[in-house]
Amino acid sequence: MELQEIIKSLSLRVETPSTDLHREVKGAYVSDMLSDVIGNSKEGFLWITIQVHLNIIAVASLKNLSGIILVNGRVPAEETLKKAIEEKIPIMTSPLPAFDLVGLLYSLGLRCR
Amino acid sequence: MSSSEGVFFLTGKDFKNAGAASSSLKGILEDMGIPSSIIRRVSIAAFEAEMNTIIYSVAGMMSYSITPEMIKIRVQDMGPGIPDIELAMKEGYSTAPDYIREMGFGSGMGLPNIKKNADVLTVNSLAGEGTTVEFTINLSPAE
Repeated sequence: MELQEIIKSLSLRVETPSTDLHREVKGAYVSDMLSDVIGNSKEGFLWITIQVHLNIIAVASLKNLSGIILVNGRVPAEETLKKAIEEKIPIMTSPLPAFDLVGLLYSLGLRCR
Repeated sequence: MSSSEGVFFLTGKDFKNAGAASSSLKGILEDMGIPSSIIRRVSIAAFEAEMNTIIYSVAGMMSYSITPEMIKIRVQDMGPGIPDIELAMKEGYSTAPDYIREMGFGSGMGLPNIKKNADVLTVNSLAGEGTTVEFTINLSPAE
């Protein structure tokens, strides 16, 4: 599924408009622990988290994730956005809590495998 | 393929520059034309080892040596040391303080992630003196 479709159906706000939103999303993983994401996410996955600091970009970049969705109305730190654009990692935000957002992603057909 | 070696210095609690050494290393490997699947494994293991130094230590260094046969990374820190390495290798075990966990570090998966991505891993530690994590990723599989 294309990232752009997900953004549309879930009314996500794109925080990094200059990044490629047409990339293929192959699945999703939700966790706020960075090494858990490193260990268990897969290439092309979307990552759902409440962490907003700079180091999330390093994780997304290491794992070639298709993007990061910050939930619960969390706002990315300015330096995080800067790094995200540098590393070409799309960041989206949603006012929904993780549980609801993940439920919607699941109903769109995304899985964690 | 040519060989290369070098060293990065790491500063404890410097979360703004955390990951910079592994990221530079990744760039070096890309410039050398190392296969991307290998680069992925090296980068993940190096990032975890780098973060351990940032989280637990006042300072440390990451040295690397790349030969046509293997990539060897050694991360040496001046941290508190690991009293029980076997326990530290268990997924979920962590001694990270609360403020570190709130940032999403300290899930107890750092060393296990390194082990998963390395071909050989050795951890040596002395309480009060520091820890040395050394791992190797093979480039040309033995035939």
